[in-house]
Amino acid sequence: MQEPIMELRHISMYFPGIKALDDVQCTIRPGEVHALIGENGAGKSTLVKIMTGVYRPSGGTIAYQGKPVEFKSPQEAQRQGIAVIHQETAMFGELSVAENIFIGHAPTLRWPAFSPFKPLSWSSVWTKTAELLKSLGMKIDPHALVKDLSTAERHLVEIAKALSQDARILIMDEPTSALTIRETEELLDLVRKLRDTGVAIVFISHKFEELFEIADYYTVLRDGKYIGEGSMKAAKEDELIRMMVGRSVDQLFPKKEAVIGDVVLEARALYQTGIFKDISFQVHRGEILGFFGLIGAGRSEVMRALIGVEALDGGEILVYGKPKRFQSPEASIKEGIVYVPEDRQRQGAVLAMSIADNITLPQIDALSGNGFLNPKREAAVAQRYAQKLEVKAAGIGYDVQTLSGGNQQKVVLAKWLAANPTILILDEPTKGIDVATKSSVHGIISDLAGQGLAIIMVSSELPEIMGMSDRVIVMYEGRIAGEFLRKDFNEELIMRTAMGGAVRTKEVGAP
Amino acid sequence: MRKFLKRRETTLALIIVGFIILVSLRSPRFATGSNMYDILNDTAVLMLASTAQFLILLTGGIDLSIPSTMAFTGMLVSMLNIREPNLPIVVVLLITLAIGLALGAFNGILVGALKIPPIIATLGTIAIYRALVFVVSGGQWVSAHEMSSIFVSIPHNPFLGISGILWYTTITIVLVGLFLTYSKTGRAIYAVGGNRPAARLVGLSGERVDFIAFSLSGAISGLAGLLYVTRYAAAQNDTALGYELQAVAACVIGGVSVLGGSGTMVGVVLGAFFLGLLYNALTEVNLSPFFQMGIQGLAILVAIVANTLVDRRNRHKMLAKRNLV
Repeated sequence: MQEPIMELRHISMYFPGIKALDDVQCTIRPGEVHALIGENGAGKSTLVKIMTGVYRPSGGTIAYQGKPVEFKSPQEAQRQGIAVIHQETAMFGELSVAENIFIGHAPTLRWPAFSPFKPLSWSSVWTKTAELLKSLGMKIDPHALVKDLSTAERHLVEIAKALSQDARILIMDEPTSALTIRETEELLDLVRKLRDTGVAIVFISHKFEELFEIADYYTVLRDGKYIGEGSMKAAKEDELIRMMVGRSVDQLFPKKEAVIGDVVLEARALYQTGIFKDISFQVHRGEILGFFGLIGAGRSEVMRALIGVEALDGGEILVYGKPKRFQSPEASIKEGIVYVPEDRQRQGAVLAMSIADNITLPQIDALSGNGFLNPKREAAVAQRYAQKLEVKAAGIGYDVQTLSGGNQQKVVLAKWLAANPTILILDEPTKGIDVATKSSVHGIISDLAGQGLAIIMVSSELPEIMGMSDRVIVMYEGRIAGEFLRKDFNEELIMRTAMGGAVRTKEVGAP
Repeated sequence: MRKFLKRRETTLALIIVGFIILVSLRSPRFATGSNMYDILNDTAVLMLASTAQFLILLTGGIDLSIPSTMAFTGMLVSMLNIREPNLPIVVVLLITLAIGLALGAFNGILVGALKIPPIIATLGTIAIYRALVFVVSGGQWVSAHEMSSIFVSIPHNPFLGISGILWYTTITIVLVGLFLTYSKTGRAIYAVGGNRPAARLVGLSGERVDFIAFSLSGAISGLAGLLYVTRYAAAQNDTALGYELQAVAACVIGGVSVLGGSGTMVGVVLGAFFLGLLYNALTEVNLSPFFQMGIQGLAILVAIVANTLVDRRNRHKMLAKRNLV
């Protein structure tokens, strides 16, 4: 076995209120594809950020090429040969492929001699790009604009960019999540080619098929802790899934029994071209219906189309048995359907507005008469919900932008709960919230179901889904892949369904 | 009280007071009541134009067409005055508001319904409306002797010792201030400007807000145009040139964010007043008009830097406070 190129030992990472990583280790060797395995929130991304100099670890050591290092910035890590390719590529759409590859380190001319400012050498930008793309076997025109490329091609360009900087370690964070099967094959071929030239590759993916096909070695994380590592050849899918999900018992979900009543909302064969298809489900009074799946499975898209933010291309929606089709969220709010978005920073709070104004925003109709606001009634409502969700602030008159991220999220939840919905759709309700708040949010969700609300909860966290839901629908690649009742919940089965196909097992040493 | 002191409007008011004291050390006439009254009268039109701009900045847009809307409305009512010299003031006002509203609503359709970015839409209409001034006037002025005495008395006509121009301006400002603070639509303007996708999810339509804001802005610009032509007793083809940017300057100095969603009516009034003071003071100390432009520019930059710093410090303090709780 080769000498490791990077060794992480006893790494821990604390954020206020959260222990993101706790005594984690990871050894990366050149010429090897290293799979980083774990559920969402297991700490993979945090670990990657530590490897690439975005975060400095709270504890532990990193050795790179045999020497202890401390990256002070992502730029420094990059200079030393560590490159990342993100899930969603970050590139300049209006610039050409060659410009994107060489941005920041473009070749310059030799003249004027002695001058510190030497002009760009465009001819070598083009020729070097062409050589690079050719050596990787890519059929992409160096002059093409990045905005005209497909997602797969963009990934390839990012890889070329990383190599143009002599990357020794290439980290790929779910590079295939937006690719078709053929594109994935091409990407994996390229990864193999790179591995054979001696580059170390850290590969993050939730698709086991891929991992078994490409990875040589794995490290499993769970809840910020190191669980195990080993050779992929000797690993079994069942065993890996158990390592991922088998969790400690200290996570309790205050799920209370609620009386499940009549059907409130029914979706029949919802369809949106290229995004999702054949989505049919029912939600009952008092029920919490979980939507589980990998990121990109189409869960949020279904919800957004359901409430009228995006248009549906087909299917029927019935609310209390009556067919409805919402053209805008205004219409669905009127029917008592409320959607709490996942991206609360961008779609949730109005940062420059006060906490009180944010909380009452969805119901300014109800709280005002003749188009005029009623500050007293607003303040009362805002105060009540801010207290209920324990928003930590100096007062409800302060702007939301003065709050911490977790408290901003609480304001957004408060806002939607204050709107008195009958059907509540929560998209990742506890993402990025600290543990204490998390359980109070879970308590509130449970209470609301007890009061007779119908709740749809989209979540990528399996323990949350299993702890809170009465029933779980699992989506995979835009379709419903399975449905489970609470009594039939099985972590491994649900996880496997979400990863596409419940019967696939790869045995030892399969080529 | 603490909170009151922290507000940037308070800071600006204190700066204004300090500025007045400073200038009056050099020129004692500056701080007199009558000079302040004159400055207010001189600044009233800018205050209205700034109010019009304020509404659009709040939505996250910008309205470049304000001076052309002022000029076109001013020209139309002046020509109407030649034909109908004895129309009662109320009727003249209503017609003015209607013309301004129509011009603003056209901007509103371009931005709200056709989704053209505000800066582009109003770049078009600033030219179109200005061209319309020439079209209706045939390139001619309407000068003082052609205007009826009722018409030219509009900005003067003191009531309770205060000039007409200040009454119209004050009433408009108070109404807009109340509208923004106490009406549903006002709240929606702040919400849409602050975070469009979030506003959309709570059912507040950005398109509707754009349309309403531009329509109102147009009506207010129209009124500003009427007061401009009657105060100077001349409706010219180049009326109010450059007011769009002066109005932006007043708003920015008053603490309005050009990114939308934040700012107050009080701040805008103070910002415009500060610009008025600055012009007057610079003339008072005999500074060349070229310097005036430079100093105005400097004032804007200082205001922005100060705002940013104060904001950052306040947020820092807030965060520190929160962690203690």
